[in-house]
Amino acid sequence: MLDLKRIPLSALIGLFLTALFLFAALFAPWIAPYGNGEIVGDVWGPMSATHLLGTDNLGRDLLSRMIYGARITIFIAVAATALSFILGSVLGFTAAVIGGWIDQTMSRFVDLLMSIPTLIFALVVLSVLPSTLITLILVMGILDATRVYRLARAVAVDINVMDFVEAAKLRGEGRSWIIFREILPNALSPLVAELGLRFIFAVLFLSALSFLGLGVQPPDADWGGMVKENKDGIVFGIPAALIPAGAIALLAISVNLVADWVLNRTSDLKGGRGNG
Amino acid sequence: MGSALILRLIAQRLALGVLLLFAVSVLIFAGTQILPGDVAQSILGQAATPQALENLRRELGLNDPAYIRYFRWLGGVLTGDFGTALSNRRDIAEALGGRLWNTLFLAGCAAVISVPLAILLGLLAVRYRNGVIDKAISGFALASTSLPEFFIGYLLILFFAVELQWFPASSTVFDTMSFGARLQAIALPAITLTLVVLAHMMRMTRAAILNVMQSAYIETAELKGLSAFDIIRRHAMPNAVAPIVNVVMLNLAYLIVGVVVVEVIFVYPGMGQYLVDHVSKRDVPVVQAVGLIFAAVYIGLNMIADIVAILANPRLRHPK
Amino acid sequence: MAEQPRKKVQEAARGTGTLLDIRNLRIEATVYPPGEDPKNVVIVDDVSLTVERGKVLGLIGESGAGKSTIGLSSMGYGRGGVRITGGEVVLNGRDILGDERGLRKLRGKEVCYVAQSAAAAFNPAHKLMRQVVEATLEHGVSSREEAEKRAVDLFRQLSLPDPENIGDRYPHQVSGGQLQRVMTAMALCSKPDLIVFDEPTTALDVTTQIDVLAAIKKAIRDTGVAALYITHDLAVVAQVSDDIMVLRHGKTVEWGDTRQIIEKPKQDYTKALVSVHAIDHEEHAPTPVPILTVDNVTASYGGGRVKVLRDVSVDIHPGQTLAVVGESGSGKSTLARAITGLLPPESGSITFDGRTLANRLADRPKEDLRQLQMIYQMADVAMNPRQTVGTIIGRPLEFYFGMRGAERNARVAELLDKIEMGKGFADRYPAELSGGQKQRVCIARALAAKPKLIICDEVTSALDPLVANGILKLLLELQAEEDVAYLFITHDLATVRAIADSIAVMYRGELVRYGPKGKVLTPPFDAYTDLLLSSVPEMEVGWLEKAISNRRMEAAGN
Repeated sequence: MLDLKRIPLSALIGLFLTALFLFAALFAPWIAPYGNGEIVGDVWGPMSATHLLGTDNLGRDLLSRMIYGARITIFIAVAATALSFILGSVLGFTAAVIGGWIDQTMSRFVDLLMSIPTLIFALVVLSVLPSTLITLILVMGILDATRVYRLARAVAVDINVMDFVEAAKLRGEGRSWIIFREILPNALSPLVAELGLRFIFAVLFLSALSFLGLGVQPPDADWGGMVKENKDGIVFGIPAALIPAGAIALLAISVNLVADWVLNRTSDLKGGRGNG
Repeated sequence: MGSALILRLIAQRLALGVLLLFAVSVLIFAGTQILPGDVAQSILGQAATPQALENLRRELGLNDPAYIRYFRWLGGVLTGDFGTALSNRRDIAEALGGRLWNTLFLAGCAAVISVPLAILLGLLAVRYRNGVIDKAISGFALASTSLPEFFIGYLLILFFAVELQWFPASSTVFDTMSFGARLQAIALPAITLTLVVLAHMMRMTRAAILNVMQSAYIETAELKGLSAFDIIRRHAMPNAVAPIVNVVMLNLAYLIVGVVVVEVIFVYPGMGQYLVDHVSKRDVPVVQAVGLIFAAVYIGLNMIADIVAILANPRLRHPK
Repeated sequence: MAEQPRKKVQEAARGTGTLLDIRNLRIEATVYPPGEDPKNVVIVDDVSLTVERGKVLGLIGESGAGKSTIGLSSMGYGRGGVRITGGEVVLNGRDILGDERGLRKLRGKEVCYVAQSAAAAFNPAHKLMRQVVEATLEHGVSSREEAEKRAVDLFRQLSLPDPENIGDRYPHQVSGGQLQRVMTAMALCSKPDLIVFDEPTTALDVTTQIDVLAAIKKAIRDTGVAALYITHDLAVVAQVSDDIMVLRHGKTVEWGDTRQIIEKPKQDYTKALVSVHAIDHEEHAPTPVPILTVDNVTASYGGGRVKVLRDVSVDIHPGQTLAVVGESGSGKSTLARAITGLLPPESGSITFDGRTLANRLADRPKEDLRQLQMIYQMADVAMNPRQTVGTIIGRPLEFYFGMRGAERNARVAELLDKIEMGKGFADRYPAELSGGQKQRVCIARALAAKPKLIICDEVTSALDPLVANGILKLLLELQAEEDVAYLFITHDLATVRAIADSIAVMYRGELVRYGPKGKVLTPPFDAYTDLLLSSVPEMEVGWLEKAISNRRMEAAGN
């Protein structure tokens, strides 16, 4: 069972910060001191008691924008990660178990998609698609699904040739038993560990797109978009852009620390109860 | 002997690369055809008269079926003609030339710093495995894979351009610039890029060397009484070169992608910024051209990695 | 417990006798169990031994006995974080521990090492000759020219083909048996005083093993080098050693000269090792109606390109055992795959209990699948690591008989009882079981289906001899109780003698000899059966020389 004392300090810090960000995202309207688009002061006002993080390029409260930004950033990243996972793992498992030309076709297509850098391909597609949340989530989810597909397929192929799967086939078990009872429980830990890494990738990817002006469109802004809004202040020594940039880094590091811990717990484990 | 087999494998890999490039060109072309509405509409806007739209469509050849347009485009690309930009009606190939050179220069400088540094740090991490240096290096790696490019970039600008004023905040370059001035201009973007790929490259180098060092033949060498230096020189290096070159190539490919964001941060006149500008303008011919060039560089580097792996494999060089 | 040979005392008096003297050796390692704090384990505990010049000491024990660790300690080497924490290792009159620089001068010069897998121990990037003479040159024993000449001589002594040119090859261009001999030549090249042989023949096929063994023995005799010979096979070590030390759990069980250990073992554990395989099994006469008939079956991989089974016909009788023997690549496992339907035969038919079996697994009715069960070689990958023993054994009950809840649990408990494990094991996961227990659970899973035939694919070859013996006895008892037939695939003829009623010998996809056990094992033999039979080491001093001089056929891979 989960023993708090067993969790290393780094993972505890990661868990705490991740929880904090999630809390901000979920309860944004209740905890943000000002409205999202509300202009409350001067342009790039300094940090003060009324505006803890100062104000942004239009005089909006930066802390409030950050809290709302957490909401948009995390929502899109979670949605894209979920999409990539469902799509990638279902197709990956199917390809591994069925094999034959279905596997060949899907795998070659994934190879093709992965031979173009993800960011470049996303830019190509976004040059013609309307800039909406749905588009963003679809593009990010589908492109990232290729990586999940590869992992899921590789893991499932490894398990599929194990004697216990052959034993199940010889027993006469159906395909759904083999996928859900024999393969899935054994593929879960590498996939769960990968989940964290894919989420980080989604956060960074979304931030990059928004920073380039191709992600979330104003007046809404995720953290990447806020960096773009405030980047012109940097040359005047105004660090407002670094606050959302730092938040992205902090979120990514926190999730990384948690994922690292999950990975270490599961990678040594060949089977059994799964609680180390 | 082995050379025939190796030549065949390399020829196969090259052919695969060319095939992949064609497939990618189809994909990029198809990717820009999924637009609801059409290019003429997006150029002229909603207020355009049907007559004007029709004229533009005819001029751009938009009335032809997609596959004809694809082959026309591909034929142009193969002869160095990328067409004209929709937004300013300028020749794309001409605009690209200087920018491609700028991008390669920036990426090259970053590679010159990052590759030796990553290999050195990777070696150090293996040498002092599980020690303080190794832990510090892997901690740094964890942090830096989580940092977005613009965080590093703006932090550097704030310190080195705004506070200390050592380097310019935006990397303006022009043709008549001296080499030294050019280097100073791109110092910050090159350092940013280096920091972006360094951790990843170092982690992979460490894993590649560790993999070799844990082989049974290294134990054999140890049990022959060889010195640590000789073990590394005679037994580890010949087997580690291929995986390390592989790591380097993969990371150079990664670097080419990182260039896009870094160029925007530093307002550097390279391919990446050119691409981003024209994506927002929905200038499809430019996006297609630049996308294809980025993909070609990426595929090329991956291909070199594979070919080096073929060349370095003694089983292939000396078949039974 | 340790038996000190008397002659050691006499020779030590002469002052020249003792080459290696290990006293009260203690070796520890730190292990990192997942999710727990690292802990120390003692691998070798208070072991003392001596090796005299020119003599061979055999170290024998099961996996985990600490024998390789002891062998490497003679070079002051600890593999993978293993630490020597106590005792002395005296070589050529000086304590070698704690002097890192001195160790480097000794390794490769005074003591050399021959690994179990020469294929992994050679650097793939360099030619063999360069690696063979490397230690000789490093330590300045002789010039390159002389070293290469000596290497060629050694290649010749070890009966390697084309001794002048084999050194120009790369490791992957040479077969496993040859590579093992090249590694022996490499160890001998720098004229060391002692060679540590770490299971040098274990990874080889049985017919190749005896050639390599004979070559090693001859080379030891000709060069007068002393050796530590490490193996888990007492019959093998009996052929090359002057003395034998039996180890278990890192402690010495018994130490004596070879004849005494083999013929008059004192400790119970040694007695058990010596008498392993001594199962008496009376063969049953064939019944009029076989349960399974394989009729002229031919099978191939890659759509007919690689024929792996040619015209094989065998019968298995109800409640009896057919042993299929052969080396790797003989097609014995392919036969099992053809019978189970995993590899549909190209031609020929398989009749089971009076009805013809469908070629493809997917076309077979559930009842056919139930009556024909399979047990695998590697028990730990034959069970889903995420299922409990109860689920693993219970699933066939559920699947074939629709048993649920208490009824199923009662039957699982009954089956656990049958395999001599208590019902308390039902809640355990495979990772919590020992190797032997895992295989027992697999047997219970097969039995749960109440089959008429069980295919056993090398079920004991991954196990230590005593554990394997227990499994064989269990299988025989269960056969008597349940009246189930076995198709027993193995490369080990000793196992065959212990369990078979009839035997099929396979070679390169064909059946070369088939019949009741007594007949198959009685001369006159065909050439291949003779080679196979004569290659199985026997627990008898001097067997190797007899076997080599009597054989009529060259083993493949030499």
